[in-house]
Amino acid sequence: MLSQHSESKTGKNTDADFMADHLLHQLHRLQQKHRHIPPQLIAEVARESGLPVSQVAAVVNFYSFFYQQPVGRYHLLFSNCTSCGYQSGEVNLLALLCQRLNITPGQMRTDGVASADETSCIGMCDHGPSALVNGVPIVNLDEDRIRQLCDLIAANQSPDDWPADWFQINNHIHRPGLLLNTPLQCGSSLEKALVGDALLMLESIVQSGLRGRGGAGFATGKKWLFCREAEGDTRYVVCNADEGEPGTFKDRVLLQCHADALFEGMTLCAYGIGAEKGFLYLRGEYRYLLGHLQAVLRRRYDSGLLGASILGQAGFSFDIEIVVGAGAYICGEESALIESLEGKPGIPRIRPPFPVTHGYLGRPTVVNNVETFIAAAHIICYGSDGFSAVGTEKSPGSKLLSVSGDCQTPGIYEYPYGVSIQQVLDDCGATQVQAVQIGGPAGSLVAKKDFNRRISFEDVSTGGSFLIFNEKWDLLSINRNFARFFAHESCGFCTPCRVGTRLLENSIGKIADGRGTWRDVDGIKQLSGIVSRYSHCGLGHTAANHILDSLQHFPGHIRNVLAQQSFTPAFDLDAALETARQLTQRDDADAHLK
Amino acid sequence: MTDRKIRIATTSLAGCFGCHMSFLDIDEQLVQLNERIEFNRSPLTDIKHCGPSDIGLIEGGVCNADNVRVLREFRANCKILIAVGACAITGGVPAMRNYFDLRECLEEVYLHGAGVTNPQIPDDVELPLLLDKVYPIQEVVPVDYFLPGCPPPADAFLAILLPLLNGEASPQVADRRFYYD
Amino acid sequence: MTETKDMIFIDGKAIGFMEGQTIMDAALSAQVYIPHLCHYPGLTPSGNCRLCVVEADGRKVAACTTAAREGQQISNNTAELNAARKAITQMLFVEGNHICPSCEKSGNCKLQAMGYYLSMLEEHYPQFNPHRALDASHPDIFLDRGRCILCGLCVRASHDVDKKNVFAIAGRGADARLIVNTVSGKLGDSNLDVSDLAANICPVGAIMFKEHGYVTPIGERIYDRQQISDVALNEHVREERR
Repeated sequence: MLSQHSESKTGKNTDADFMADHLLHQLHRLQQKHRHIPPQLIAEVARESGLPVSQVAAVVNFYSFFYQQPVGRYHLLFSNCTSCGYQSGEVNLLALLCQRLNITPGQMRTDGVASADETSCIGMCDHGPSALVNGVPIVNLDEDRIRQLCDLIAANQSPDDWPADWFQINNHIHRPGLLLNTPLQCGSSLEKALVGDALLMLESIVQSGLRGRGGAGFATGKKWLFCREAEGDTRYVVCNADEGEPGTFKDRVLLQCHADALFEGMTLCAYGIGAEKGFLYLRGEYRYLLGHLQAVLRRRYDSGLLGASILGQAGFSFDIEIVVGAGAYICGEESALIESLEGKPGIPRIRPPFPVTHGYLGRPTVVNNVETFIAAAHIICYGSDGFSAVGTEKSPGSKLLSVSGDCQTPGIYEYPYGVSIQQVLDDCGATQVQAVQIGGPAGSLVAKKDFNRRISFEDVSTGGSFLIFNEKWDLLSINRNFARFFAHESCGFCTPCRVGTRLLENSIGKIADGRGTWRDVDGIKQLSGIVSRYSHCGLGHTAANHILDSLQHFPGHIRNVLAQQSFTPAFDLDAALETARQLTQRDDADAHLK
Repeated sequence: MTDRKIRIATTSLAGCFGCHMSFLDIDEQLVQLNERIEFNRSPLTDIKHCGPSDIGLIEGGVCNADNVRVLREFRANCKILIAVGACAITGGVPAMRNYFDLRECLEEVYLHGAGVTNPQIPDDVELPLLLDKVYPIQEVVPVDYFLPGCPPPADAFLAILLPLLNGEASPQVADRRFYYD
Repeated sequence: MTETKDMIFIDGKAIGFMEGQTIMDAALSAQVYIPHLCHYPGLTPSGNCRLCVVEADGRKVAACTTAAREGQQISNNTAELNAARKAITQMLFVEGNHICPSCEKSGNCKLQAMGYYLSMLEEHYPQFNPHRALDASHPDIFLDRGRCILCGLCVRASHDVDKKNVFAIAGRGADARLIVNTVSGKLGDSNLDVSDLAANICPVGAIMFKEHGYVTPIGERIYDRQQISDVALNEHVREERR
């Protein structure tokens, strides 16, 4: 059994002194130790933290990685992403594993040994079919590896002793650019910034035109200025490392290779806005990086780059703590992330007000993506001119793309903004491309006719996800995958998204099963309009994009699978008689319906 | 719709016939109506199968295979199909069993329930099999109009039928006060 | 002495508002009805039902959580918005177990009344038929979660007004459900009382008093006599006068 925080795979077990008390971390520990968090433990946590039982219960029930029913000693969560998912190869690996271990997905085997289920993209899209084994990523899975894995489980072998190369995660940087080609000397940006005052530094960021790299693209300098000017004495810096948009893994690589630059960028931000405390919100699926990140932090503390009197500057102190998420895509939304940081379910807030004025604990907070902080550090070190010389007028600088799917060399590609989609496809060796999903399921489904369009905020925007689908793909299965994703990840707060995403999932399923008609297509259009226009947050607003794109750019696809009739029942009539058939042991003609 | 009588077919699927009773509550107006309409398959006639008709009034939701066959026959033969009452529109009271698994229901009724002797779940081939859930009729066939109520009051029937008899395309039922109960 | 108030415009009609008011509050004060289910005057707005979404200066916003601003041009009673409201109401119906003929709240139910108001003749979408737990452990009050529309009014009322914090909403997406703030999770172990606002504010039949069914004859129930719009406007006035 892996040690508590899986550090045996990455290094030392060293996070005891970091935010041990955070509700999420308490629950992580309990989940690992007891393999579930039953009501008694929930009550205990509530008592000891002075929190309402219902709040702890709400948190346990919200996140995918906390369970109220026990999971097995070996708990496997297979990604269901179109790139790193269990069905991205020839064989359904989850089904294979379940068959060999004699388990049902989602149910622990009665002897408590094993359980398996699927989970949303775990960010291993450049590593083939992947899964989490007791929270640790295992990659490049195939039939053979699954069979060996099952044997190891049967032999009660600890994953610590499984073949190391199964856990080998590479960076696959195929095209470094502006940021990746010019590594920063530890502390160099800070040194430069501290020469002038905070406002000068902020001006530099504004000048550069840097826009948020997480997807939304808000002007970073402006955000930091707003926060600095907001009312209040205490401010916070938060790094959003909850990279959860399927197909995105560029922050994974940045966290592995450029954590120093990230922390440097966060510290610069703290200097600029006057914050003394920062958080790195790390998605639960990247928990394996925790030891590494803590080691980097410790080095910076030792070098006087964090803590009190940074680089000898009295009055400038900054502490960074890492909070580990527990499996919820919606926590990538900045206000939901803050809710999660505050020990609550990740339900997006009412905005305005925005985090820059009312964020963590209601105080002015900057929330930025990993890549944004690194870009900021780069700008302070090398100047804003070099940065804005690259890219387009509205989208200066470069963008890291995480390219995956049907291409020869999936991995990280950094381009100046304005690069054409076709260029990216050429560079990664993608041929016979049918479609590209840019920006993940929440982004744009782009057809061949539009491959000359450009990656930028003003044209086709993305936080990094770049999913390539060749001619062999049934596009409907992609829509189905995405629709399922949104229904699973909806926070459930508002009616249109909570109900609408499920209705969309069912509707697309009906069409994909060959039981759809034009009525259903019209119904999907109407539903899509409701979900996208009336939802409370960005998840709902973008959840139907892929469907609308499909209908608009690939009309033939839907047309080809529609049933002959103008109307088909909402459900499978014959399947609806199955229970009765079993109970009566009947299989005559009248026991069936067409 | 002028010289010949308008043909109306009616049936109750998984319904209590309360909507049919309510229809009859139009009382003496049935006499005048009778000059313009005739009934095809209906509890009021002895016609076993729905033949070509102008209007079909469906009471009750869809709970078993027989309901599906009857409903499909009505849809195929009626130019206009009207879902009458809460059960046809939402499943209604019979749909309260949707809270439970069908297996639970049948086992409770025929095996474990209080006072059951000779426990067995009926399996004669003449009995229609139950669907896993009770469904609104529009989940099985397309429906043209909806007449909510449990039951819809008598004048609601007239409000929807008279315009149709006069050749008006879509009676504005929603303009009237209606109820779900 | 007359005050020159700031003005917003709802469907062309000038409505005065006070600094800090939301579009909803300003509208209701001026006897202009914006459909809503999860809003109740005096309670912190939530913005989850999305029925009150209006178009303010071209943007779709929830009226209950959006501040009124001088000169705002707001569309409320439009065909598009009302069609969306009907769809959202239909979503609420198919999501739960809503069987009006057998429900003790029928006739006094806001979800039902909203359906009437929006001319919802049928539910349109396929029903979900969820299996949500019933809780009859409390001596006076039962929870029928099948009817819960997750409006959170009971949560806010219990926390903000009753100061008891009896309720919360747990679970993500389709698993979202009302929970009780007790170790057992049972309502019977809570200190909820029939006189609490939380026990009386449920717009549907999810939080119900025992032994109180069908007290008012059909024809004399709240929404037999009035439309939801009139009742809502009166609710607001009552709160203002308190």
